[in-house]
Amino acid sequence: MNAQTLYDKIWASHVVREDARGEALLYIDRHLVHEVTSPQAFDGLRLAHRKPWRVESIVATADHNTPTRDWDRGILDPVSRLQVETLDRNIREYGAKAYFPFGDGRQGIVHVIGPEAGATLPGMTVVCGDSHTSTHGAFAALAFGIGTSEVEHVLATQCLVTKKTKSMRIEVEGSLGFGVTAKDIILAIIGRIGTAGGSGYTLEYAGTAIRELSMEGRMTICNMSIEAGARAGMVAVDDTTLEYLRDRPFAPQGDLWDRAVSYWRTLSSDAGARFDATVSLPAADIEPQVTWGTSPGMVTSVSGRVPDPSDEADATKRSGIARALEYMALQPGTPIADIALDKVFIGSCTNSRIEDLRAAAEVVRGKRVAGNVKLAMVVPGSGLVKRQAESEGLDRVFREAGFDWREPGCSMCLAMNEDRLEPGERCASTSNRNFEGRQGTGGRTHLVSPPMAAAAAIAGRFVDVRQWR
Amino acid sequence: MEQFTVLDGLVAPIDRANVDTDAIIPKQYLKAIGRTGFGATLFDEWRYHDPGAPGMDHSKRRLRADFVLNQARYAGAQILLARENFGCGSSREHAPWALHEFGFRAVIAPSFADIFFNNCFKNGLLPIVLPADTVDGLFREVEATPGYRLRIDLPEQRITTPQGLDIGFGIDPSQKHSLVHGLDEIGQTLKHAAAIRGFEVAHRERFPWLFA
Repeated sequence: MNAQTLYDKIWASHVVREDARGEALLYIDRHLVHEVTSPQAFDGLRLAHRKPWRVESIVATADHNTPTRDWDRGILDPVSRLQVETLDRNIREYGAKAYFPFGDGRQGIVHVIGPEAGATLPGMTVVCGDSHTSTHGAFAALAFGIGTSEVEHVLATQCLVTKKTKSMRIEVEGSLGFGVTAKDIILAIIGRIGTAGGSGYTLEYAGTAIRELSMEGRMTICNMSIEAGARAGMVAVDDTTLEYLRDRPFAPQGDLWDRAVSYWRTLSSDAGARFDATVSLPAADIEPQVTWGTSPGMVTSVSGRVPDPSDEADATKRSGIARALEYMALQPGTPIADIALDKVFIGSCTNSRIEDLRAAAEVVRGKRVAGNVKLAMVVPGSGLVKRQAESEGLDRVFREAGFDWREPGCSMCLAMNEDRLEPGERCASTSNRNFEGRQGTGGRTHLVSPPMAAAAAIAGRFVDVRQWR
Repeated sequence: MEQFTVLDGLVAPIDRANVDTDAIIPKQYLKAIGRTGFGATLFDEWRYHDPGAPGMDHSKRRLRADFVLNQARYAGAQILLARENFGCGSSREHAPWALHEFGFRAVIAPSFADIFFNNCFKNGLLPIVLPADTVDGLFREVEATPGYRLRIDLPEQRITTPQGLDIGFGIDPSQKHSLVHGLDEIGQTLKHAAAIRGFEVAHRERFPWLFA
């Protein structure tokens, strides 16, 4: 048999049928559902008098619209409340393997709670009406975001109509320097290949720097595959994967665990497997990254400067840089370290897991948020992350430094609830998108790692966390 | 689903790369639970001066005169001419819903983001990929020619310019078939229900922990 990539293996084990043109019906094992992209899908099902094919595949939660404080008052925004209640109603009517509604102790961001519950397993196909579904690829699952029509299609048929993508291997060899994180790896990759560089590919992240990452770090990297234009990114199974999964509520137990593990051990690319493209990035070259523009590819290292559009030869790119600098109110040539901040957000499906909070807390311990920072907030990814952090005393570290310590949810990553930037405010954010208006109309977002965001909150401007004392 | 065969429509250009779905339809409108009502807030932040919110009467908001879709010469446009990586970012299908409700039936660009591209086909919106220099040429012609129209013939996979120039385009045969015939994709898939059930039995046998 020919050498196969990890992607080849998972693809082949899920094809129900494939026509001569390569169009396949792909079986879906896990369907994650949240309140924003599902109401129209359930409605479509209802209108066509259809039923979900396999409700046991569904794990649902409300995360995008939910407030991050005063939970005893419920959801005050009536439009948000209706959407969350619509999910409650739909799950009540149709059922699910698990539902973590607003207010539940295990509620949280869908891409945090799935892995945390052991609902994401190696070798699975995982979909969700959310582009950051790529996160789950960290477990050697084929995981990708879909639109609402496809959500309805998966509900009704347990399958997706799709074609195999090309494959790209991204190797990060060597060890990361002190203060450099998974977030810096993925931002550096996007800076290198561009926001459309992964378009039409499934990415596999490999190399010693990836192997040395925790599952949290691998999730951060796979999460932002979509920001490189790829629907899916994945990492092969190893001991780190298995150790994370052992004894999770929905992970197999006993004999079934052993059987699963012997299969999961096969979930890596074979030696000599062919990739359509390969990109190599030496880990030692990666510095802490900061985005300066309105696209995640507009990124440089903390020791760098805001670029000058006149240095760009391509006309579309040049006008894109000029427009981004105007929106971001930045002058060409400004050192990144001179950029002062109004707000700091630590959270999102990219960086809200326990390891992220530990790394941020380490930086702020015993210090105070700078006077010019109006709001610094920590939004844990789930109720379980929040309680774990509290049991370690991290909430106290943050509060004593002047941070807000909030309830879990998507929060200011996309500002669908009341957590948002006001026009003109500048934010250091551990989230995934720095698009115009993403965190609030007129808001200016700089994407960074959790320790970089924490250091920026204390200093009031960007600082190189490698020199942090 | 709505069919797409032949369209003769006015063209509007949106001359920036990496137009993301947050820009196409901002997050506050994603709180809706229906599929309609998104046309009035398409490109909301670029189109209006004031910040928009759900439930507003958008017809009373002040328009930004410099935004291309607010210019009289592009009123009624059905074809959007765009740059690289159009529709990147969030998977929100509200983006094609908003474009469609505004009046667009086709988007032409050198490249699209994958999820947006797929979502278009579910909503009677035809995304067409053309080489970057061809798109460049179309931008020049649209901007120089008020009332510039294109004729898009999907069955023939051909675009005809006002000068009578023919531009061929490629499209996945299955996606073309669905759009030309306006097929209900779920209904099509359910024709294979027996195959899906058969697959599921074998899958359960092989990976019992996925069904535990």
